[in-house]
Amino acid sequence: MEFLYSLFSFLYQFGDAFAFLVLSACGLAVIFGMMGVINLAHGEFILCGAYVSTSATHMGVPLPIAIALGSLAAGVAGMIVEVAIIRPLYKRPLDTIVATWGISMIVTQGTLIVLGTTMAGSGTPFSSFTVGDYSYSVYRVVLMAMAVLTLVALWLMFTKTRFGILARATIQVPHVAEALGVNTNLIYSLTFGLGAALAGLAGGLYAPTMTLVPTMGASFMVEAFVTVVVGGADIFLGTAPAAVVLGFIKAGLTSWQGQLAGQIGMLLAVIIVIRILPRGISGKILKERA
Amino acid sequence: MTRKLISTASVLATLLSFAGPILAQDTTPIKIGVLEDQSGDFALATIGKVHGIQLATKEINDAGGIAGRPIELVVYDTQSDNTRYQEFMRRVLQRDKVDVVFAGFSSASREAYRPIVNQFNGLAFYNNQYEGGVCDANMIVTGAVPEQQFSTLLPYMMEKYGKNVYTIAADYNFGQISAEWVRNIVKENGGTMAGEEFIPLGVSQFSQTIQNIQKAKPDFVVTLLVGTAQSSYYEQAGAANVDLPMASSVNVGQGYEHKRFTPPSLKDMYATVNYIEEVDTPQSKDFVKRFHAMFPDEPYINQEAENSYAAVYLYKEMVEKAKGSTKIDDVRATLADGQLCYDAPEGKMCIDPKSQHTSHTIYLAHVNADHSIDFPKKWDDIKPYWLGDVGCDLTKNDPSAQYTPSSLPPKL
Repeated sequence: MEFLYSLFSFLYQFGDAFAFLVLSACGLAVIFGMMGVINLAHGEFILCGAYVSTSATHMGVPLPIAIALGSLAAGVAGMIVEVAIIRPLYKRPLDTIVATWGISMIVTQGTLIVLGTTMAGSGTPFSSFTVGDYSYSVYRVVLMAMAVLTLVALWLMFTKTRFGILARATIQVPHVAEALGVNTNLIYSLTFGLGAALAGLAGGLYAPTMTLVPTMGASFMVEAFVTVVVGGADIFLGTAPAAVVLGFIKAGLTSWQGQLAGQIGMLLAVIIVIRILPRGISGKILKERA
Repeated sequence: MTRKLISTASVLATLLSFAGPILAQDTTPIKIGVLEDQSGDFALATIGKVHGIQLATKEINDAGGIAGRPIELVVYDTQSDNTRYQEFMRRVLQRDKVDVVFAGFSSASREAYRPIVNQFNGLAFYNNQYEGGVCDANMIVTGAVPEQQFSTLLPYMMEKYGKNVYTIAADYNFGQISAEWVRNIVKENGGTMAGEEFIPLGVSQFSQTIQNIQKAKPDFVVTLLVGTAQSSYYEQAGAANVDLPMASSVNVGQGYEHKRFTPPSLKDMYATVNYIEEVDTPQSKDFVKRFHAMFPDEPYINQEAENSYAAVYLYKEMVEKAKGSTKIDDVRATLADGQLCYDAPEGKMCIDPKSQHTSHTIYLAHVNADHSIDFPKKWDDIKPYWLGDVGCDLTKNDPSAQYTPSSLPPKL
């Protein structure tokens, strides 16, 4: 019985780490994997989602709708950023790093000046449950389910919908897609907006469990980048398996030796993966398939 | 003849111009450099410090200044970044030529700028509670230290809840040294450590830490979490229904977590503070009123805001006792008799000449289930005795070092 309790505890921790990695990384993976833009303002889209959803909750909007609003707001903000700033820079990928970094700083400081140092949280919904010696938060199980759901929804979107097919065509051979009558500019905007909306979703989902401050996006960045670097450019063949591997390493080491070991283990894993698989897990899989 | 007259006049003029500053009272401003984090991870706890300094400055200037000289503030935003501290510390001491600097929130930033203050023989006030042990003639500390916060808090907690203690602390000099203090005091009082975990700054996910705590089954948890990311612990522990009493020297008094999180996530948190805005004395209420009159949108007046406010007044006392001199030796000489005191909103604060740390009134703040605060206990005039006891005596020599319980000054 004791063993089963420990096993459940480990699975819960693994699921928790996995959910955090997937949700924080998938927005970044869409923008980086599909468009090649390294988006350093990723954390600020998360911030946008968190602040909008929490404000909505304070106004009495039910939490699921509030989270959707947060995600939508981040998506719209993403499309505006794409049109205004990113579009002229597609041929200069290194400049997009500087531009998005600038956006990140402006948004963080702007939020501090306009909205102050902190926003009151909305409180974690649902109660807790007990298995053996440990008690767990129900909401974190919801987060795990949302992570899996997000991956499934993305997969369906990119394989089964017209937008998904047009998006993949545009990303693979833009001029041919354009010649066939695809409005590639619109597709770029929508894809960037989708990435930003996914970041906003992560922000909205984690907002009830976290401190709401202008710098909160930064606490997602390490995990997001690590997952995308390990996973490589493809969301399904990359991000998901990378989150599984890293979640396993992080949960295992943290339970064994504490948070510091968990962080070190995760970063060591990245160094090893980059050395062995320079194009990430998905690069390896795709290469073998080809 | 005319030439002679002119030369006489010019000699007179020259003489007069030399005499001028001696005859008239010196009314050039006293410059105070202020280096605090007004953006970044620590901004939440430190913007109030700048406001505290601005409030004290306004009050003093309205009442005629320090020894008849107005105060001029030179304020820089250090952005929660240690390298900014070094950069701006050089700037205020070399270019702005300030008389005194009020600087620093995190212990890492203090240790980053301290060598520069030593190099230019400047005077810096560190207006923050910290892990203790800085024995440096160029530094005056107005914040509370472990012997003031832990030797009051931990025996109380161990008597009330039990002797099995778990510590979670931020993983840098502050957290590591504070945890060492906790370990020692728990042992001295016959308790045991159920566990210890150090959390890197910026970490915001605590699921596993929460489980490690539940596994160790402590009687209470000492939380020494720093920065806004780490304070997510309370929300997550509350959601997982950990329901253990907590004790802290930094939380509540610094980051007002009880105002930011939904009740009851901080239920039964005990913190030893030398001030928070809930302190229920006429002096405190009056201070809160004046603070809000100048800064109506201030979310919370924490203990570091009060320390910073009091520091300006303490500096005023020092300069006036030194007959208007701002030279570091003259100013420090005023501390010698241990009678350099100020009636702060918390109560009386006096600077100890040996360690240049400050005595405090320590309040035990207890957070109720609805996140209101009560004060089950209060200790008057708790002295910063530890440095003096282990052999730091700045009136005799200046090692400019930081000591900890496991790294004591060399025996003379």
